[in-house]
Parts: sequence; C-alpha cells; structure tokens
Amino acid sequence: MIRVVLPAPLKKLARVEGEVTLDTKGQVTQRAILDALEARYPMLCGTIRDPVTHQRRAFVRFFACEQDWSHESPDTPLPAAIANGSEPFMVVGAIAGG
Amino acid sequence: MGNVRVLVGTRKGAFVLHSDAKRERWDISGPHFAGWEIYHIKGSPVDPNRLYASQSSSWFGQVIQRSDDGGKTWYQPGTPPGESTTTPDGTPKGESNKFVYDTSSETGKPLTTHQWYDGTAHPWEFKRVWHLEPSLADPDLVYAGVEDAALFRSSDGGKSWQEVSGLRGHGTGSSWAPGAGGMCLHTILQDPRNSKRMYTAISSAGTFRTDDGGVTWKPVNRGLHSLYIPNPTAEVGHCVHRIAMHPSRPGVLYMQKHWDVMRSDDAGESWNEISGNLPTDFGFSIEVHAHEPDTIYVVPIKSDSEHFPPDGKLRVYRSRTGGNEWEALSKGLPQKDCYVNVLRDAMAVDALDSCGVYFGTTGGQVYASTDSGDSWAPIVRDLPPVFSVEVLTLP
Repeated sequence: MIRVVLPAPLKKLARVEGEVTLDTKGQVTQRAILDALEARYPMLCGTIRDPVTHQRRAFVRFFACEQDWSHESPDTPLPAAIANGSEPFMVVGAIAGG
Repeated sequence: MGNVRVLVGTRKGAFVLHSDAKRERWDISGPHFAGWEIYHIKGSPVDPNRLYASQSSSWFGQVIQRSDDGGKTWYQPGTPPGESTTTPDGTPKGESNKFVYDTSSETGKPLTTHQWYDGTAHPWEFKRVWHLEPSLADPDLVYAGVEDAALFRSSDGGKSWQEVSGLRGHGTGSSWAPGAGGMCLHTILQDPRNSKRMYTAISSAGTFRTDDGGVTWKPVNRGLHSLYIPNPTAEVGHCVHRIAMHPSRPGVLYMQKHWDVMRSDDAGESWNEISGNLPTDFGFSIEVHAHEPDTIYVVPIKSDSEHFPPDGKLRVYRSRTGGNEWEALSKGLPQKDCYVNVLRDAMAVDALDSCGVYFGTTGGQVYASTDSGDSWAPIVRDLPPVFSVEVLTLP
C-alpha cells in the first residue's frame, strides 16, 4: 500500500482528507503512483502532470524520504520505504510569495 | 418581477450573488474554489441553473467546473458526486481538464506554429481557459476561449473538449504573436439569428468570424488602426480587448481595442472609430444596454502602462447614440484616489425592465446600477481582484 500526501488544493479537488492510500502494480515509481492516483481520482488528471505528455507541472515537486525526486526519471524505482508504505510519497506545491 | 444572479470570478475564488428585482439586498455565497483563479463563470441562456466555471492555477493547471443547481454545488463534468470515477472498463474519466490542440491529419505534427516574442516560430501551448460561452440553444454545448489562442467546443456539458481548429488553421494563425499579457481568445459572440455565425476576438491577433458553424474563419479587422504593429492597418495583429453586440441587432458590433473604441455596422467587415469625447480611449470592457441597442458602456482607463482611471476618478462612460457622444457616469462611484482597473470580462447587464449594469474592479468591488448607469452602489466590496462578472436574469 502506497501512502500519498497531496497539497491542500488537490485534496479539496479530490474531496479527500488526510493521506491517500493506493495500490500500484509492478515496481513503485513516480509514474506508477501517479497513474494509480489519477485512475482513482480522475478529477486530478492534468493537475499534477500534463494530461497528454505526462510532464510534471513546473510548480509541482515530488518528495520521498526527505529527498527531492522531481528531476528523476518517472520510471526510476522509489525507495523501499515508499513501496512498503512506511514513508509517504509527497506531492508538493512550490512555495510562492516573499 | 424576476430576480438576478451575479457570477463573479476573482483571483482567489468565485462568488455568487443573488437578489430580487429591487437589487437592493444581496445574498453572497463563496468563495467557491477558494484559492484558485476563476477567470470566468457563465450560465446557460436556456438553463440558468447550468453554470460553467474556469478554475485554474499556476501550480495545478486548468480545471473545468459545472453546476446544475445555480451554483449551490459544483463538480467536474464527467465526475458527478457519488458517481463512479471510472468508466465500466476501468478507464478514468476526468477528460474535462484536457484541452489538446489539433494536429495535422496528414503529418500528425502540430497544426501550425505562432510567432514568438523573438520572431521565431513557436508551438501552441495550452495555458488556461479565459472565457466560457454556453450555447444559445443547448445547455450541453459550450465554447471555451483559451490561451494560447484557440477555440474549443464541448457538446457533452463540458465532459470533453475538441478544438475548433479552423480558426487557427485559416491561414493567418502562423503570424499571430502574443502581447505582454499572452495570447488569449477572450471573446466569443454567437449570432442569435444565424446559428452558423460566430465571432471571436484574440489578444493580440484581432477579430475573426465564421459563417459556417466554425469550419472556416476569416479575420474581420478592416478599419482598425494600431500604432504598435509595423503595419498599423494589417489584416491581423490588433490587440482587441473585447467586442459586444445587442441580440436584436447582431450585425452591429462594438469593440474596445487596446486603444480606440470601434463600431462595425456590417458584421465586422469594416470598423469605424467611435471614441468621440472619451477622456481616454484605452480600456478593457465594453457592454450594451439590455433594451437599447444604441446604448453602450465603457470604463476608460488612463493608458496601457497606467491601468487605472484618469485622475483617480472611477467613471463609467455611456453613449446613447451608439458611440461618439459619451457622458460620464459617476454618481455613487469613488471620485478621488481610485486606482483600480476594470478587466475585459468584468462588466455585464441584466434584462430587468430597468436595466441593471454591473462591473467589478481589481480592488475587489462589484458596483451595480439599477437605472441604466445613472447611479451606482457597491453590492459587494473587498473581494479578491475581480476578473469577470456575468449576470443571469431569472424568472
């Protein structure tokens, strides 16, 4: 079971509170998590990554185990702690303002 | 008697205001979609409980929202509350957020490119929906004007969108170039007497018309004069800010251009300047009285670098002669130290016997007049900056 933390605007859009839990098939990668997330919450399609190219939106970041995975390949396996659910995969909106 | 629903889109959410025909006391609901930019909300003329909203953010992109109960509840089309979020074969719904430009059927490559700021060819990139225009006849048919400039159409109540690509593909698309504010399709006008005829306006390409239901389009900009382009009378390249028509006279169009207020009496084939005695002919919004096709309203803004009213005085200007002769309307509006802007989609009228006129400001006020503009009062103030105001006159 994968745990995913969404930013507040997307939790509201998906009508969820707290973390989201997902099951993925095969290796646990960014792509596998986002595919599963969008399948379960289709209202999030296009909000985290482009709906056609699947490129990460510029102001969205992916954190896992206190590391920034935003620039990693979406097919790189994520740490075991993400795969076994002991740590959440975090979708983060970039800070704006001053 | 009837009553009125005012739909307000702001930088940080949407608000729905409701009043009876007296328009003295207003119930306000919102913010809906708090924290998101709401470029536009508009109701269907044939089903006023059907509303469409463009919700977007720099972080999370474009979301289309729909209400079937006049704004009490909202959902993304295709994903109604309580309904399965996948199709029977497991395919995710959620196509309502997807705006994909057409590609060439022959090559599979992008239909065309447009001019970039440095003069190079640049691919079309979807950024957001600026304007939603529900059909005059079918509540499930709605058009979307988007940035980068293109027209999209949904015939299933916003669940899925297809480009009306004849607009970009008519021949001049490759020469369009964005202004400082980007390249957006912001105005969509439907001819109520001819379902095949429609107008769009694009900053900064100009005005375009179709007479065959969107298959083919042509620029209709003759008579426009713009000093900020190399050829001031070019076929395209004009920064049109908004166009408006009265439904009883669809061949007459009014335009607020970057500079100049213009009028066409021949469905856009030619335009004449009607700025007349305006204190400045720069501005964004233009609107027509509900019952008087020759009565029009603009809000003059000082200049393209100083986006506020001249002399710090917020004044609507009204012409009752279809242009050229304008009178300042200031009763009830701030007449000192006012430095707000009124954006292109932020003015609307109701259709009650005594026509109501409404506009929103970047300072967060929405002003209304129940006497065709003679006097004004704020119906809400201290909202986030107002992007759009639309009005539904209810039975």
